[in-house]
Amino acid sequence: MTSEIILQAIVTGLMMGLIYALIAAGLSLIFGLMDIVNFAHGEHLMLSMFSSFWLWSLFGIDPIFSIPITILLMALCGIVTHYFLIRYILKAKMLIQICATFGLSIFIRSIAQLLWTPDFRNVDKPLLEGRLEVASVFIGQPQLIASIVCLAAFIGLYLFVTRTETGLALQATAQDRHAAEILGIPSNKMFAIGWAIGLGCVGVAGGMMSNYFFIFTDVGINFALFAFVAVALGGFGSIIGCLYAGIIIGLVESLGGLLIDPSFKLLYVFAIYLLVVIYRPQGLFGRY
Amino acid sequence: MNKLDIAKSEPLWNTNKNIIYIISFVLMFLIALPLFGLNSFYLHLFIMIFMHAVMAQSWNVIAGFSGQISLGHGAFFGIGAYSSSFFFVQYGISPWVSIFIGMFFSAIVAVLIGIPMLRLSGHYFAIATLLIGISFQVVFQRWELVGAASGLWVPLTQGDSWSSLQFHSSKAPYYYIFLFFLVISFFAVWLLNRSKIGFRLRAVRDDAQAASSLSISVSNYKIIAFVISAMIMAPMGSLFGQYILIIDPDRMFNIEISIIVLLITVLGGIGNIWGPLIGAAILIPISEYSRIYLGGTGGAVDLIFYGLILMIICIFRPEGLISFVPKDILERKKQR
Repeated sequence: MTSEIILQAIVTGLMMGLIYALIAAGLSLIFGLMDIVNFAHGEHLMLSMFSSFWLWSLFGIDPIFSIPITILLMALCGIVTHYFLIRYILKAKMLIQICATFGLSIFIRSIAQLLWTPDFRNVDKPLLEGRLEVASVFIGQPQLIASIVCLAAFIGLYLFVTRTETGLALQATAQDRHAAEILGIPSNKMFAIGWAIGLGCVGVAGGMMSNYFFIFTDVGINFALFAFVAVALGGFGSIIGCLYAGIIIGLVESLGGLLIDPSFKLLYVFAIYLLVVIYRPQGLFGRY
Repeated sequence: MNKLDIAKSEPLWNTNKNIIYIISFVLMFLIALPLFGLNSFYLHLFIMIFMHAVMAQSWNVIAGFSGQISLGHGAFFGIGAYSSSFFFVQYGISPWVSIFIGMFFSAIVAVLIGIPMLRLSGHYFAIATLLIGISFQVVFQRWELVGAASGLWVPLTQGDSWSSLQFHSSKAPYYYIFLFFLVISFFAVWLLNRSKIGFRLRAVRDDAQAASSLSISVSNYKIIAFVISAMIMAPMGSLFGQYILIIDPDRMFNIEISIIVLLITVLGGIGNIWGPLIGAAILIPISEYSRIYLGGTGGAVDLIFYGLILMIICIFRPEGLISFVPKDILERKKQR
């Protein structure tokens, strides 16, 4: 076990962590806004990867250029989800909300399986290929670009939520729906915007990952699990917490896999989750 | 209506005479059913309905009565299946005994899982249980002692054998065994529901703070609910293992088990003792028939229905199908 290998694991974990952070940020935004955990988040990620794949396979658009289309499609998907499902369960019990989004996840995944079969696919010869060697650490180019784009999107999201008028309106709705409505902020519209942005984040992550990751119908499950953990770690509703939590999870995953046993990756992440949540139930940066 | 009014309007012993007639009629019908010479597909259908009704009832205890949403309940199913088959395969202990070993192990696991999760509630609990369900599958896929990914194979006996719980010539004995467990577990949950523990569980569910101010130990009762629920789930795992005679991690710890118990309960009516039975009686035939007629097309057609039904129920009937049944059949009239 040389220091190069450990350094390699840290770099890999960091790059993965930035992607987890962006996926989790979408989840966290939706949760903070309306107290609903989107259990179909992994399936939405899968959809965005497939959209990027089909744009490449049918129209020959490279994943790196189809990102804006994927984002738009996913934002549309978010608005549709809000109008056809979430709108009706806003006031329901938590159990019903969980069941509804869980049902959505089963539905999307099995429809995808029916339409596209469970085969593994990948984008052949994308523009981003190859790897760099920096100080005896290998960095895959698509992974590097993906994590940089995800970080940029994350910063963009953070600036949007904290600096723009719409972002502040989102925050106001998250803090107190009724008070925000009195001030003339239509909460239903804000929810739709929240879903569009939340799934737009997933669109960025999925689109970038389709450059180097296998695309299949169950791909979302693991990412969604890590996103749930990241959101709980960072504190439900805290966007900046997702960044730290995502990086922690990425590092734990790759270092645990390297130092102990790669087949139990999920268990290390799970152990971190339990430890943090037991000793600090509101998460690292949680409001409550 | 505030919570006090709801509590007042709820009769203490809400059992109606009608329902006893209905139950005894249905039960006699079910006992007589195999005598009419049903073919093995219909027997299988009924066995699956019974099994899933009990599994959903187990989930109902934890989610409906104590209000904790577990998304990894399949873990207890798998533990039941593995521990009973492991002792049967390795030491030749009769499945009748090892069912209880499975229940014992699930109860222990429930306590071990339950204690660290006491402080979690709501979404945190749901996500933690989701992770636990998947972790069990990961562990059992790599655990050499229990056959790792290839699983355990129950040694076959020559012909039918009651002592080793294997019947190769007919499914009727399995039918009666599952029916027996269905009756036992529904009776147990019915007793639980009207016992002190049941009332306290519901008190904890409705308002944990108020309950603890009445000197109900919230954490104890949460663990009790978890243990009871696990002990109802485990025998189903053991029996299912004996029914299909092969125990592998992909089947026994499948996330689909955790999904379907949730779906059945929500469809039938959560928090109601008859909900799981109604849900299972409607959903399992849909699933089996859609597998027959649409099975070759992609494998996941029944799951599409599951997801769709779950969303529709959540939007239009969050109380479940039981809410279509008139109240005066289920409950005794209020006495004024």
